[in-house]
Amino acid sequence: MAGYILRRLLQAIPVFIGTTFLIYFMVFALPGDPIIALFGDKTPNPAIVAQLRQQYHLDQPFIVQYLIYMGGIFQGNFGVSFSGQPVIEILARTFPVTLRLAVIALLMETIAGILVGMVAGLRKGKLFDGTTLAISLILISLPVFVIAFVAQFVFGVQLGWARTTVGDGAPIQDLILPAIVLASISFAQIVRLTRSSVIETSSLDFVRTAYSKGLGRRRIIPVHILRNSLIPVVTYLATDFGVLLVGATVTEGIFNVPGVGNTLYQAIIRGEGPTVVSFVTVMVLIYLLVNLAVDLLYGLLDPRIRYVK
Amino acid sequence: MSSTTPRQTVSGAPLLEIKNLQVGFQTQNGMVQAVRGASLTLRAGETLAIVGESGSGKSTTAHAVINLLPGSGQVSGGEILFEGRDLTKLSQKEMEEVRGKLIGFVPQDPMSNLNPVWSIGFQVEEAIKANGIATGRSDIKKHAIAVLKEAGLGDAEKRLRQFPHQFSGGMRQRVLIGMGLSSRPKLLIADEPTSALDVTVQRTILDNLEKLTREIGTALLFITHDLGLAAERAENLVVMYKGQVVESGPSKEILQNPLHPYTQRLVAAAPSLASRRIQSSSKSLVDLDYSAPKTAEGLDLIKAAEDRAELQAAAPKRESAIVLQNLTKVYKIRGSKDDFKAVDNVSFEIERGTTMALVGESGSGKSTVAKILLRLEDATAGKILINGTDTAPLKGKALLELRRRMQPVFQDPYGSLDPLRNIGNTISEPLTTHNIGDKASRRARVLELLDQVSLPSTLATRYPNELSGGQRQRVAIARALALKPDIVILDEAVSALDVLVQAQILQLLTDLQTELELTYLFITHDLAVVRVIADNVSVMQRGKIVEKATTDEVFDNPQMEYTKELLNAIPGAGIALGV
Repeated sequence: MAGYILRRLLQAIPVFIGTTFLIYFMVFALPGDPIIALFGDKTPNPAIVAQLRQQYHLDQPFIVQYLIYMGGIFQGNFGVSFSGQPVIEILARTFPVTLRLAVIALLMETIAGILVGMVAGLRKGKLFDGTTLAISLILISLPVFVIAFVAQFVFGVQLGWARTTVGDGAPIQDLILPAIVLASISFAQIVRLTRSSVIETSSLDFVRTAYSKGLGRRRIIPVHILRNSLIPVVTYLATDFGVLLVGATVTEGIFNVPGVGNTLYQAIIRGEGPTVVSFVTVMVLIYLLVNLAVDLLYGLLDPRIRYVK
Repeated sequence: MSSTTPRQTVSGAPLLEIKNLQVGFQTQNGMVQAVRGASLTLRAGETLAIVGESGSGKSTTAHAVINLLPGSGQVSGGEILFEGRDLTKLSQKEMEEVRGKLIGFVPQDPMSNLNPVWSIGFQVEEAIKANGIATGRSDIKKHAIAVLKEAGLGDAEKRLRQFPHQFSGGMRQRVLIGMGLSSRPKLLIADEPTSALDVTVQRTILDNLEKLTREIGTALLFITHDLGLAAERAENLVVMYKGQVVESGPSKEILQNPLHPYTQRLVAAAPSLASRRIQSSSKSLVDLDYSAPKTAEGLDLIKAAEDRAELQAAAPKRESAIVLQNLTKVYKIRGSKDDFKAVDNVSFEIERGTTMALVGESGSGKSTVAKILLRLEDATAGKILINGTDTAPLKGKALLELRRRMQPVFQDPYGSLDPLRNIGNTISEPLTTHNIGDKASRRARVLELLDQVSLPSTLATRYPNELSGGQRQRVAIARALALKPDIVILDEAVSALDVLVQAQILQLLTDLQTELELTYLFITHDLAVVRVIADNVSVMQRGKIVEKATTDEVFDNPQMEYTKELLNAIPGAGIALGV
């Protein structure tokens, strides 16, 4: 087991080097001069421009810039943003906000999605099932910004139940509305996944065997149907958690959440190489770790996988 | 534990009485009746077998008893009286009390009937707890171990924490039998409990089941498609056909004097019975009073086997189509120093136009031989000559040419046809792959092939899910014949089929062989069908060939202990037949 985890972590190294290189190259290749852009409408002072270029190593060839940046990372230095802040500080400030938002959204979609999906699956073809399917289809087909704006307008502006934008320090009560928006789409997916999985499991032979042993529905549903049905749902949840953790750019933007997604978006617009690369690198690492966690979780749910390793 | 319950005396009152049972399934085209007025009676401590082909309603009848009909199935009429109580009128809650406690159930497929995510111990203990057999953790555990031990799991203590995938099929079936009998039910329903297992395993499991039910005094309702097996294991038989009971009575009487035409066909087609009969007739060398009922289709396995033997004796020695020399296949096992020898120094020859049966239990390496022969795997050592050519160095065009001349038919007629392709496309696919003919000639060839395997040409535009298992296997055979091969490798090609369908396919294979001078390698675990189809037999055990002889020699005078064991395991061995 320990060997397996170590192997997986070692696999992360080439992925890490590859992604940083690719992202660095893409930022480098972006059209426009980031330094000139900093001056906005004003005429840039050539001396200051030259100084800035030197400070951010923008006068060096691409590969040298990349090596300087990588050298910094291995010394724990993730570079400095154009506003003079160390990137690591920006990360430390924005990441907890996104984490909080992700956890709230994940909890909501998991609990509601599995519950509704299970009931729909067990009552296949009944009214509840049909209604659930229709609602989930609507939620899936709506773009996230539509849901976000509608929620913001209805709950924030008209009903006044929640603040339309997230305030300083991103308190939990402000994050609930954006979390609901984020959760709504995944909720629909989880409902559908759980439902079809429950329907499939219910018709399997071992469920009939469980009934033939004299067990009642109350025991069979959680023990023999739900646990088996959750395996595909867990895969989805885990990747979804990964997606939420690396920041929901659109939703964070609309609700002005000071999270990772929003900050990254701003950095891309400004062409801030070190910030973008550092953020994306951290995101890739998070994604790898979440994937590893899913594979381990799989083993817990399904002994067949546990013993193969 | 078993001695605490005295043997139930057979009393006059029936334990289970099914009266005029009607079961229907709701489909898009309205109600479809699966069981139409079936009646049967089972007394305490007795064994009754329901025999019939798939779709005859035998399993449906059994499932109706414990109210576990699949999907939209429901009892639409009749009574199921268990100790005088009508089970069809019980509430959900009352039924739960009956299931497990009074009526145990052993399902068909041991692979899919245990929940893969819970340990064996958990699933047995759960049954014991639910039926109130024991209370308290350690007591329940003790009980579970005892139950598994008596079902034939000697090392039950050690294996309690293991999961189903760590058990073999036979072991899983033992667990399921132990579970079904754990609460000492008055009735045990066994739905084809061993049809998914090897013959030798089947035998030990059924012996054990018989012993246990006798000791406990449990009545057994045994469902099977194998008439020989049914007659061997049950005192009384009920033959079902299209949802109705067509014949019932004492097993021997039915076997010796089948009255209904369908039963007569079943008796004639059952390979287990046929092989036994051929054996006795060839031994005595006297033309026995032989009056096996002719069937509507003119199928007669015994006749087919005799014709084959005659032809074989008359034919001159032919050249070898397949030669295997010292074939060995070694698999490396991850995390283990010991390599696994799947095929160990196997040599044999098959003459052109003859059939060689490769017999053995699962895991004996027979399918690996087929894979290597087909060049789907490479041999570790040894040589294969097909019509005199060494196949190992063949590449590209030459390999394609080899594949054209050697075609496989696999076991599972459901898994080996692409559900998204219609039958015509499936059959013509090899022609397209090998670039043979144009569109029109391929179409003509498809129709010709369909005709050759006795399928209507209208099937060309239909899809696999609309076909029965037997029809699908005919399609698979037609596909194999499309390229006009000289050699056909049949890997358990009839094992998944009902006896009547099996007989038809065997007949078809024999006819095609005579017509097209095909060479067959017939791989099977079932010695019963070998007699009908094969000229020579090679018996494989743990990767080695342990016996090699003509079919008659193997059946009349088996040399090895293992071969004898396989022969004895053919169900219906001890039954004297009047026909």
